[in-house]
Amino acid sequence: MIGITFDWKVFFDYLLPPDRLTRSALYLTLGISIVAQFFGVVFGLVSALMQRSKYRVLRFASGVYVWFFRGTPVIVQIFFIYFGANLFLGYDLFPRTLHLLFISIDGAVLAGAVALSINEGAYMSEIVRAGITAVDGGQMEAAKTVGLTQSQAMRRIVLPQAARVIMPPLGNEFNNMLKTTSLLAFISVRELFQDAEIRYSSSFKPVEYFSGVAVLYLFLTTLWSFVQRAIERKFSESDRDATVEGPGWTRRNFGRLVGGH
Amino acid sequence: MSLQQYIVDAQDVHKRFGRVEVLKGVTLQVKPQEVVCIIGASGSGKTTFLRTLNALETIDQGTIVVNGHRVGWTQDKNGSWVKLKERAMAEIRSEIGFVFQRFNLWPHMTALENIIEAPTRVRGQSKDEAIATAEELLRRVKLSDKRDVYPGRLSGGQQQRVAIARSLAMKPALMLFDEPTSALDPETIGEVLDVMKELALGGMTMVCVTHEMGFAREVSDRVVMMDGGVIIEEGTPEHFFSNPTHERTKQFLSKIL
Repeated sequence: MIGITFDWKVFFDYLLPPDRLTRSALYLTLGISIVAQFFGVVFGLVSALMQRSKYRVLRFASGVYVWFFRGTPVIVQIFFIYFGANLFLGYDLFPRTLHLLFISIDGAVLAGAVALSINEGAYMSEIVRAGITAVDGGQMEAAKTVGLTQSQAMRRIVLPQAARVIMPPLGNEFNNMLKTTSLLAFISVRELFQDAEIRYSSSFKPVEYFSGVAVLYLFLTTLWSFVQRAIERKFSESDRDATVEGPGWTRRNFGRLVGGH
Repeated sequence: MSLQQYIVDAQDVHKRFGRVEVLKGVTLQVKPQEVVCIIGASGSGKTTFLRTLNALETIDQGTIVVNGHRVGWTQDKNGSWVKLKERAMAEIRSEIGFVFQRFNLWPHMTALENIIEAPTRVRGQSKDEAIATAEELLRRVKLSDKRDVYPGRLSGGQQQRVAIARSLAMKPALMLFDEPTSALDPETIGEVLDVMKELALGGMTMVCVTHEMGFAREVSDRVVMMDGGVIIEEGTPEHFFSNPTHERTKQFLSKIL
């Protein structure tokens, strides 16, 4: 026998139940993931639409954006945005604590969320583009023949249909996002991984804490997989219940997010 | 001479796809309330020509005037011709109905929503007003009971009738039909042709690309035969089907009739 024992007490004390600090780390991981994914979708949508623009400048800008942020490691981008702003702008863009009206945000948290959003936008750009391309060209043509403008047709006809193609890879991206936030440990954001690391460094129980934190990540990703399945089921239901009277397909699935009445 | 002698006035229309010239100088004029059927083998350019009439295809040479508007171009204050802005083109298109071979209904909207979309978004009609018009149109195409049904639950013939109603909701001055029955099951072709027939009798100006010779013979005022990117023969249905003069027309008709 090698003299390594797994200290189950440390493991269970850490997880059952997590203390206040670990809970807030969990919320931070979840919060940053949701915010970064949301802005990632927004940036991706804008970038994908720019790619379809008739103006070469916009197409080019979008191309460079996707090329750069998909082509460099996200950890480099995080460091670059957190520390680099200071270097280029001559002042600290992300000070220790940011006071925005009534709320205070840790500068590293904000920088991290910004970096992840921008990075995610580059991936979402490709996903949205593929979704738009998947919608039959006749849909846009039909919209044009009744006099809808390009942007009306995009918003009302093409994007709602592209959304269902985008949804599965988007779910995948969010799963990734939940785990990628762990990189923010490198800029001292106390999310789940940083929390585990702090506990390990004061106890020298790496295996207990890192297997514990794996369980916490699994908890988040599993929870998400249920949510994702529910969302996708709702999509297919709208096909099955196509004859049922009620709010429109888009509205049932997206509320006011995309083109409701 | 009336203000609008022609609803469609297409002169010497040329269209190239890459190095292939699909239209080699097509000239066609359509008077108000006239029903013109364009026939011809596939590859003759008939669908492309129809699509140039509302600028789904831009032309390389020639002029097209529809309902008094030059399609795709406008005159600036110095009198020279400039490309129309997209919004202005959309406005012109809104007065031209177009019915596709493959319907192209929007699958995420019910029959009613498909019909009221453009009147509310483009014309700014109130929802109630648009719904009233849409319900009347659904009655006309005999689909009142399908008001809240999604296209996926409709047969091809029903979808095509909704698509026709969708175009009619914009009160177009001209209806263009691109082989509207070619993608349909034989048993549903009749219901679509009936709607078109009624429309023609109601005085709608129509240009139909079709393979339905019965419809062409019975409903149209004029039949136009296209071949190799040009019009090779045109005339009244009586003339056209009893004494076609062009050799190519005779061949085509003998194959199809």
